[in-house]
Formats: sequence, structure tokens, C-alpha cells
Amino acid sequence: MYHEAIEKVSKQVLIRDRYDNFIGGKWVAPSEGRYFDNPSPITGKRLCAVPRSADIELALDAAHKAKDAWGKTSVAERSRILNKIADKLESNLDLLALVETLDNGKPIRETTYADMPLVVDHWRYFASVVRAQEGGISEIDAETVAYHYHEPLGVVGQIIPWNFPILMATWKLAPALAAGNCVVLKPAEQTPLGILVVMELIADILPPGVINVVNGFGVEAGKPLAQNKRIAKIAFTGETTTGRLIMQYASDNIIPVTLELGGKSPNIFFADVADADDDFFDKALEGFAMFALNQGEVCTCPSRALVQEKVYDRFMERAVARTKKIKQGHPLDPTTMIGAQASNDQLEKILSYFDIGRQEGAKVLTGGKRAQLGGEIAEGYYVEPTIFEGNNKMRVFQEEIFGPVVSVTKFKDDDEALAIANDTLYGLGAGIWTRNGNRAYRFGRAIQAGRVWTNCYHAYPAHAAFGGYKASGIGRENHKMMLDHYQQTKNVLVSYSTKALGFF
Amino acid sequence: MVRRVEITDAATDLVARLQGIHGALMFHQSGGSCDGSAPMCYPQGDFRVGPQDVPLGEIAGCPFYIGAAQFEYWRHTQLIIDVVPGRGSGFSVEAPEGVRFLTRSRVFTDDEVSQLEAAGPPLRAA
Repeated sequence: MYHEAIEKVSKQVLIRDRYDNFIGGKWVAPSEGRYFDNPSPITGKRLCAVPRSADIELALDAAHKAKDAWGKTSVAERSRILNKIADKLESNLDLLALVETLDNGKPIRETTYADMPLVVDHWRYFASVVRAQEGGISEIDAETVAYHYHEPLGVVGQIIPWNFPILMATWKLAPALAAGNCVVLKPAEQTPLGILVVMELIADILPPGVINVVNGFGVEAGKPLAQNKRIAKIAFTGETTTGRLIMQYASDNIIPVTLELGGKSPNIFFADVADADDDFFDKALEGFAMFALNQGEVCTCPSRALVQEKVYDRFMERAVARTKKIKQGHPLDPTTMIGAQASNDQLEKILSYFDIGRQEGAKVLTGGKRAQLGGEIAEGYYVEPTIFEGNNKMRVFQEEIFGPVVSVTKFKDDDEALAIANDTLYGLGAGIWTRNGNRAYRFGRAIQAGRVWTNCYHAYPAHAAFGGYKASGIGRENHKMMLDHYQQTKNVLVSYSTKALGFF
Repeated sequence: MVRRVEITDAATDLVARLQGIHGALMFHQSGGSCDGSAPMCYPQGDFRVGPQDVPLGEIAGCPFYIGAAQFEYWRHTQLIIDVVPGRGSGFSVEAPEGVRFLTRSRVFTDDEVSQLEAAGPPLRAA
């Protein structure tokens, strides 16, 4: 199955054996001539080679050359270009889904029906909302007016994570470009291929230098990008220590940052979900199993489940059964629900958490080990969907494992549910499941998290703001408000009076 | 004296090799997303630590820090820094070698906990 897929994408000239950087509208070989092998997590075998480069200055040269013209390009024209990108990606959706699955290891079902349609829609969304963006006219007094204009920041740096490589690049690229910026982007070294294939597809749509992609390791390419005095902003998705380091670098240059640094999201199930064995209860059980979506490699993975005591046993019996029905297998099989973890070190980290969870006395209700799937994927990185039962002070309740692992605990009443939900360093996502609208509202407002899914989970529409409270980061992504994150505010304060003030 | 952070022989060898390339090094234990929960290894002084960090000890000649808030949730465990084949993690210096430092953990025994408590709260970085 893997070899047929490779053959299919190779025939479309979408996967090359070796890639270069995309700078100034051209494929440019890394100046030091070094490359590294990019393995597919499906098989652990080499997929292609990508540059091991540090060509940030070259990319910044190209971006700065392009920025004035792109910033002055009319909104209507920028929007048209973004829509053309969306159309191009949409017409290649199946191939992009295949490439993303080969690169990241996630199931083809998800890349085809979730990741890639969202990618297309986010380009269209920002193509649309930028045309509806307005400046402001404030009447200060009868003869004085404050005009507010949106202006692009100029050239921005973006560092992309590996869990949704093309989608996360789109979250950052689409608003930045819509707002009139040029970008130097560094893909994750674990998953560079998808973004390179996207660039191949859209290269002739964009003016040269508007998007520049430099591949390499964080320390060699990401760091000089984040430290660079020629960027007007840095946007990063990753973890807390790197987030702090990027803020430190940004403080040296006095530039803004957007940081999305993960979480340990609580998914709260109130007793009333089990009032009837109906569609809603079924939906809530699916909401519980959402911890396995994308192999748990989601910053908002509902990795802590809080279940009300009086229905705990009944709920968990069904929840465990639902989890056991998750079909694990070859990521290219369209019926597979959970595929491969993205890299060997992620696999090892998840296994290390199985160890610490057991040491701390957490009980394994299902899973708890590496999945051995045999055949051509025997060397891939697979983990069984795992449920731990324990208490919120355990490390498996407090640290993001980034695997298909949920830690479950029980609560007595609303106060205890809220206390547990907020007893975490993080505040990115949360889920609430209840038939009581008043309680849902109260919890939605009381949980310290940027996104509170209410009777749903893991939906990521372009028109909803996404971002963290507490250690989960700074700033937001998506929604029209994201345009502001990539714009300066220019105020022109005009007096229409011909009279002196009379001060001097 | 109970140590809060230890290092395996394989990781010690890697640190020595990296010190040959980058000079003096330091570690900071990360939390959160994507590459989270990974120990990050930087040239000494590249990452500015402050009163919000706890120095857990020294491994292979490198100071090892963790954020103070994260320490509160991790303090009952000893961290054991190991190395595995892998790819990338933030700006940690070992990534280009095709390996990743990995934090393994061990729950302290009651006796060790008493000793650590007797020693008082750990210092904060300056």
C-alpha cells in the first residue's frame, strides 16, 4: 500500500527525491550543499531529502525585495490571489492528502476529510474577510478627525509545527498574506514535505518573495530566523521552553510574538449526559474518544477527562468500549482511524509516560503499549489508544504527552469539576458535555482556556478564534481578528481648523 | 544526597560530543505541546533563566533547570536524561545529530522524599 502510494505521487511529480529551499519564487539549493533524510513515520523509511540549511538571510533578502509591492497590492488583488491558491489546492486535494499522510503518518481519512478541506477553507476565509476589513474614522471634535489605517507589518517569520504541517502553515500564512505581509517560513524538520509540495503547486500564483520556505533544523534555521532583526514579527507553535526562548529573542529586537504552546485540556462530562441512551449520549462518547484524533498529536487534545462520580462507572464502561473500537492500522487504509506517531522520539516519549503513569499508580483501563502492526508498517511508530485512571496531581494529568492517551478522574459537583479543570499550567482548550444550557454557559465562562468546546470537540472553523490562556501562549489564530495580529495601526490625526490653539 | 536529575551514560557521551562543538551547555526542561516535555539543550547562557526557574542539579557538567510552576507538578519525580534516535525539537543543539534527549522519570521513594524535604525548598535561579 505504501509503495503504491509513493509511486502514485511520484508519477504526479509531486514528490521529488530531493527538495531545495523555496526563495524568491525559485527552488534554491542550500548554500552549504547539505541535506538530511526525511523518513515517513508510516514505515520509518526514507521519503525524500530536504535541505539542512541556514539560508535565512537569503530568504529575508527576497522577502524584503517583495514587501513594498505586495503591501501596496490592492486588497481585491491579494484576495484574488488567495482564492486562486485555494482553488489550486482544492483541485489537488487528494494528492495533498496523500502527501501529508506519507509525511506525518496520520490517517488518510483525516487528511482527506479534515486537514485539506480546512486548508482550502482557511485560504478562502482570509481572502474574504480582508475585503470586509475597515479602518476607522473617529471624530475627536468638530474640526479634528482621527483616521485609523491597517498597514502590513512587512516581513514576518513563522515556525511551523509537525502535527498538522500544511494546516498549521495555512493558519499562519493566509492571514499574514491577506494582511499584506511577506513571509519567511520554516517547516518542522519532522514534516517538511507537505509544505514543499504546496509551494510547488502555488509557486506561479504568487509574486516571487512573498512566501519563502527555508528548511533545516531548529537550532540552525529556526534560531537565526527568530533572532533576526529583519523580521517585524515572529509566530511560533511549539512548547514552553522554546516559546520562552523566542520571546527572549523577540525582546532583543522589540518585536511582537504569537505563541501557541500547547495544553492539557480537560473534557468534562456531567452526569446528565447519561440521562438517556440517545444520540446525545452517543455524541458525548465520541467526544471522549476524540483524544485519539490525530494520534493525540493535537495541542488541544482532550487529554484529561473529568467524569461526574454518580455516572462514572456506567460512563466509563461505555467510554472504554468506544475506545477499543477505534481502528488502528495502516494510515493509507481509508478505514483506519488512528495512524502512526510522527517520529521515533515522540513514540519514545509516549512510552516514557506509560512508565511514569504506572509508577505513580495510575490504572491502565485500555492500551498502554506500543502497537505492533506487522507487515510493511512493522517499523512505523504506532501506539495503542490508552486510558489512564488516576488523579489530577499525577504527571500524566499535568504534562502534554502528545500521544493517544487520556487520563481520567472523577468529580462530585460543579465546584470540584472547575477546580480540577483549572488546576493546570495550561489553558488552550476545554470541553463541556451537559444537557443543561445554564451550566454549559457558566463553565464556558469560568474555565481558564481560550477555546471551550461545548457539546462538541475538535472543531476548527476559520471563523472562531483559537489561542491560549496561561502558559498556553500569547495571541490568537484564525478569525478575522487575526488580521490585526499581522498589521500595524496607523493613526493620522488631522485638524481641519485654520485657527491657532492660542498656547504660544 | 538525593539527586533530582540524573543522566544516562549514552546521554553523557552525547553531551561531551556536543560540548566539543558548542562549548559549555545548559538544559531547560520544557512542557506543553509538540516537542513538549523534552529537555532542551542550549549553549550556556543562550536561554536566560531567572527567578521563575529552579536549578534541579548538574548533569555532565551542565546546569539543569525547570520552570518553577512546572517543578511543583514534577517535584515528586527524579528526572533521568536519556537519548534516543529522533528528529528535532525546538532549538535544542543535538537535533542535527539525528538524536533527541529524552526525559525518563522515576517516582522518589518515601525515604528520598523525606531527605529532599529535610534539605528544604530548592533554590531559584537568579
